Amino acid sequence: MEQTNEMMIEFDSRSCNESFARVAVAAFMTQLNPTLEEVADVKTALSEAVTNAIVHGYENEIRKVTVTCSIAGQVLTLNVSDSGVGIADIAKAMEPLFTTKPDTERSGMGFAFMEAFMDDVQVESAVGKGTSVTMKKRIGRIAGEYHD
Amino acid sequence: MEDFFKINGTDLTVFLPAELDHHNAEKIKQGSDRLIQNNNIRRIIFDFRRTSFMDSSGIGMIMGRYKNIRFMGGVVAAVHVNDRILRILTLSGIYKVIDIYEGLPEQSQMF
Repeated sequence: MEQTNEMMIEFDSRSCNESFARVAVAAFMTQLNPTLEEVADVKTALSEAVTNAIVHGYENEIRKVTVTCSIAGQVLTLNVSDSGVGIADIAKAMEPLFTTKPDTERSGMGFAFMEAFMDDVQVESAVGKGTSVTMKKRIGRIAGEYHD
Repeated sequence: MEDFFKINGTDLTVFLPAELDHHNAEKIKQGSDRLIQNNNIRRIIFDFRRTSFMDSSGIGMIMGRYKNIRFMGGVVAAVHVNDRILRILTLSGIYKVIDIYEGLPEQSQMF
């Protein structure tokens, strides 16, 4: 049977907690024996999702962000959820360079980075209810073994 | 905060923190804009020697400074750029408008 493990953290939507969330997830994923690059990829993707929850979901109001992290075999699954404003047009939000906040120097690259660094990114959202981003990445490919 | 910045003539060097995320990008943004305005800065040099992490908030911050200084005829450079940071700069497309160096401009080749 595949090894499974799960953890969940909930924290205030303060920007100083972004680094806390990255370190917590990086520490949890060490049991998969990841490369440094895999850890950096996951930290970047997580940082994008958490920043989105803080900047867009809650628009800098202090509420709760939830990060769930689970392992099944060699696959790491991350979920970042907020109960903020939600996204009206998910496809539009995921376009590179699209941002609803150009005046505050958001680059519009958040979802593009999540997709670049993770194997799979799924977004569920309802306006006024919140947003849930689920990302998956296979960690620690064994030499000579490839997965599509 | 002051140890992030060094002014030499019309050059402003920004010594970026270990982790350039949304939280730290906001601090750098506020500190640098004041110095750029008050000191007639013509070149902003982002020094990544201490930086091991950057996300798209860092890109937004650099892009914002680039837009401001280009308006006044200035330029932007990135120095001491490691592989990870280079990957983020490349992925974002910002490498097309700033000069990127592995070490310092006088010592190393541009990427």
